[in-house]
Order: sequence, then C-alpha cells, then structure tokens
Amino acid sequence: MNSSLVLLQLLNGLQLGMVLFLVAAGLTLVFGVMDFINLAHGVQYTLGAYLTAASTAYFANFGIGLIVGLASAAVLGYLLELLVFRVLTSRSHLEQVLGTFGVILIVTDAMKLIFGPAPISFSAPEALSGMVMLTPTLAYPLWRMLIILAGVGVALLLWLLVARTRIGMLVRAGSTDREIVDLMGVNIDRLFVLVFVFGALLAAFAGAMAGPLISVEPTMGDNIVILAFVVIVVGGIGSVRGAFFAAILIGVVDVLGRAFATTLLKSVIGASAATAAGPALASMLIYILMVLILMARPAGLFSASGAT
Amino acid sequence: MNDMNRAAVVNPALKQDLLTGFAVIGALFAALATAQIAGAPYLTSLIGRIAITSIAALSLSFLIGQAGLVSFGHAAPIGIGAYVALMLAAGGTTDLSIQLSAAFILAALIALITGPIALKTRGVTFIMLTLAFAQMFFYVASSLVSWGGDDGMALAQRSTLFGYQILRTDAMLAAFSIALLAVILLANTWMAHTRFGLVLKAMTENERRVAANGFEVNHFLLYAFVIAAGVAAVSGVLLANQANYVSPAYLNWHRSGELIVIVVLGGVGRLPGAVLASALVILFEEFLGHYTEYWKLGLGLTIVAIVLLRGRDLGAFFGVRNQGARP
Repeated sequence: MNSSLVLLQLLNGLQLGMVLFLVAAGLTLVFGVMDFINLAHGVQYTLGAYLTAASTAYFANFGIGLIVGLASAAVLGYLLELLVFRVLTSRSHLEQVLGTFGVILIVTDAMKLIFGPAPISFSAPEALSGMVMLTPTLAYPLWRMLIILAGVGVALLLWLLVARTRIGMLVRAGSTDREIVDLMGVNIDRLFVLVFVFGALLAAFAGAMAGPLISVEPTMGDNIVILAFVVIVVGGIGSVRGAFFAAILIGVVDVLGRAFATTLLKSVIGASAATAAGPALASMLIYILMVLILMARPAGLFSASGAT
Repeated sequence: MNDMNRAAVVNPALKQDLLTGFAVIGALFAALATAQIAGAPYLTSLIGRIAITSIAALSLSFLIGQAGLVSFGHAAPIGIGAYVALMLAAGGTTDLSIQLSAAFILAALIALITGPIALKTRGVTFIMLTLAFAQMFFYVASSLVSWGGDDGMALAQRSTLFGYQILRTDAMLAAFSIALLAVILLANTWMAHTRFGLVLKAMTENERRVAANGFEVNHFLLYAFVIAAGVAAVSGVLLANQANYVSPAYLNWHRSGELIVIVVLGGVGRLPGAVLASALVILFEEFLGHYTEYWKLGLGLTIVAIVLLRGRDLGAFFGVRNQGARP
C-alpha cells in the first residue's frame, strides 16, 4: 500500500461519489420539494445507460448517442411522472413505496425483454478511453477523470440554479414549506414536473457515464438507488449541498474500504480470517458510517430547511 | 379500564379481521387437504410457502399497522432465523422447540440492540436505519465461509419436534406452518386489543399526545419492534426447512421490499390481508412464472394498477401514521 495507490483509490472513490451525487441530486430534490419517495429513481440510471448504449451503437457516435439516449430517458421519465408518479405524490409514503416498487419491476423486466438478461456491451469512445498523466509517473483513466469533472460541473450548475435563480428559490421554498408556496400562487405541480424531469436526466446521465465502467444490466439501478438513499439521508433530505458532500464521503469510504479493509485486517486478525471478514466489513462500512452519522445528527449532515 | 370502555374502543374491523382470519386459515387447510387428495405435491409445497411468507408478512403488518413503524430491514430477522436453523441442525440440534425459541430469542436480542438506535428517528430515516442494519447482516451472512459464504448451504436435516419427524414431508411442513400461522394470527389480533396494542395504535394517531399522557413512547415501540423481529425469525426457521437450504439471499433488501409490498397490498393493519396478499404474490409468481420468465412485469403492472386505481377512502385508511411518518 503506497501513496500513489491510495491516491488512485481516492480518485476512484471521488468518481463513485460523483455518480452517486448525480443520482442522489434528483432524488433529494424530488423528496425535498414533493415529499415523494421514489424507489424507482434507479430505473432512470438504468434507462440512461441502456438507451445511451443502444443509440451509441445505432449512430456509431458517442456524442449523438449520449444526447439521444438522455433525451429519450428524460421523455420516458416524463411519461412515468405523467402516468404514475403524479398520482402518487398525493398518497402516503407507503403507497409511494408500493407504487414505485411496481415501476422498478416493470422497467427491469422491460429492459430484460428488450435487451436480454445478459449485460450488453458499452464502451467509452476510443478518444476518451486513454489515460491522463496526473504526475509524470501516475496515470489515471481519462474516462473516470471526465466523470469527476462532469460531477463537479453539475454540482456547480445545480448550486447556481438552486441558489441564484427564481426556480431555484421556489425549489428551496417548496422544500421548506410546500403548502405556503402553493398558497402564494406558485404552480407547485408544474415545478415538480420540472424538478422531476431534471432529476431523471441527471440520473440517466450518471447511468450513461458509469455504463462503460460497470456492466449494463437490467438490475444495475437497484443497488445504486439504495446507495443514493443512503447519500440523501446522510446528507440531509432536500439538501443538494448535503447530497454532494455525503456522496463524496460514501463513495470514498466505500472504495477505500474495498481496496484496503482486507489488507488492514490481515495485520490485526491474521490472513485467513481477514480474507473472509474483509470484504464483508468493506461492504458494511458505509452502513456503519450512516448509522454513526445519523446517531449524532438524526436529520443528516446538512439540514434541509434553507438548504442550497 | 372497565368493560364498557373496553367495548367502546374495540374496533369492529378487528372483529371482522378475526372472522376473516379464521376463514383464511380454514381455506389454507382446505386447500392443503385438496392438494393432498388430488395428489399434487407441487401445490402442497406452494401452500407451505404461502403460510411461511404469511407469518413473516404478519409480523411486519403488525409493526407497520399497529405501531406505525415501517421497517425496511425485515429480511434480517428472517435470515437470522434461517441461519439459526442451519447451524443448529448441523450441530445435531433439530428439535423445533429449541430451534424456534433460539431463533426468536436471538432475533429479539439483536432487535433490542438495533431498535433503540433506529427508534431515535422516525419516518424515512427510520426506514433507512433498519435497511442499514439489515444490509450489515446480509454481508455478515455472505462472509460466513464455513456456512457456504455467498452461495449458502443445504440444511443438514429437517427439524423435528420432541423426537418426531414432524416436518418429514412437504404436507406435514405445510400443515405445521398453517397451524403456527393460526397461532400467530390469533396472538397478533389479541395483542392489538390489549393495552399495549391500544397504546401503540394511539401513537400512530398522535405520538406527542400519548407521550404527554405519561407513556414511555419509545419503550412501547421497541417492544413491538422486538416482538416483530422474533416472529419473523420463526418464519425463517420454517423457510430453511421448506427450501432445505439457507443462503444470504434471504437477507437481501429486495426481500424486505417485497414484504412491505405484501403488507401494503393486503392493507396496512389488516392482519388477514397480509395472508391474502402473500398468497396473491406467491400464486402470481408461480402461475405467471409458469408461462413466462417475465412474470415480474405482470406483477409490477398489477401493483401499479392497484395503487393507482385505489379510491381515496381506502387510501385514507392506508395512510396510517401518514402525518407522523413525514419528516
């Protein structure tokens, strides 16, 4: 375990954190503004990856593929909002869990039906799949670097939108007190559609960017949505800033845990025990972290009221 | 509390539930008998699965409906029960009286540790904390290399009761599961009528007011959480016997999600509804799964249709602790 390995893993953690942030941002806004638990947010991630992969293959061009893929994912997200989620927002949290769980089942099987149960091939464009030299001796995959940059870019854009524009102000007001905003004559439903489709777009973008790194398969959204929920609860529901920092924290802890837990354990409890316990401990780490954080701050790191 | 008061607070829907409960149990026994006479071993094992899932769903239904606590980690006590059965059977301890009590006690003790932490919060944070603990147990189970690790392990032998091989055939297992389900259904319905149950129910209406009346709110919720975990572990012991196999998949969060779906489909707080919904979901899986591997598409469409078409009145009924659960 040398310093450059640690640095590489830190960057990997940051990259995972950015993917998590892109998924969690929409989730936390929708939750914050509309008080809507969307378990099916992960399907936008899956749709983004599949549709971008398919259209990239069709147009033989990643740029066009990405635009077409994201646009169609956003349209599908809008349709889901129109047909299902719009009704669910006025229901209890339990019914929202039930309804959106149903949507997960539908989309997962639809993807399986259309693209087959096996992972489909999806690679980053040739020009972007090289390495960048961070220092003269330290290389890092360009694609992962791009994900980090894209994540930071989206975070800045979101901060500008939420903190500096009229719509952002309404979103902040809506997450503080929805009824008052409604009473003041703001069409909160239209605001919700906007926030929802934007969130869906971000999650689809996350799926498209992460696609070449992982396997694009029908259930890929399942695990990411659980992690995204961990992120938004740790960060404070409704807070984009909280989601950003919590995503980085969760991403880095997860990657470092997977990279080093077994090695570190070996020096403590011996090689054979560590080989068994290491991976389990690494997987548990983020949940332990979440429990500790919520014990200290039950409302999350950044409280949602007045959040930016 | 005198009898008049008591009579006044008894919910007529609960009496109805009791009758429905007996009818449901009767129907399960009748279905089992029919399957036996018709010589359909496949149906027999299906009925066993329905009864076992119902026990788990019932415990969660009590937790959600009566106590207003939405646990997203109910797969954990089920898995713990299954592993207790696996480990005890491997050591030669197959007696159900020991296995069931060990599973109940272990899951209850663990809930006694995780419960107070999760109960510091409500609503979505509570949901996520219960999920977090369940995920930890999922990874612990995956790391038990000597018990099969990720793949799991076959049960050494089915459980016995006082030396009798009471679960020898699938029909006997199904009958035993239905009988246990009946006991638990009765116990849960009875619990809903006790002072304990009524205080819990009152809390779902207005927790602050109950606290102001001098009740230790969190103690009541913790007892409910612990009891539900113990009962879920009982279903885990049966599940291990039914499948003859135990694996970490029992603790997967999808299982917890499916149980919530079953409870909400059946109607929160309607205990027999949990049994009916378990039957519905399992039958759906089996019969649709018979024709197409895409049965989940059908289940998803059905769930969404049920949620969307459900009237506002029923919706209000489902909105147990709706206000309280919102952060």
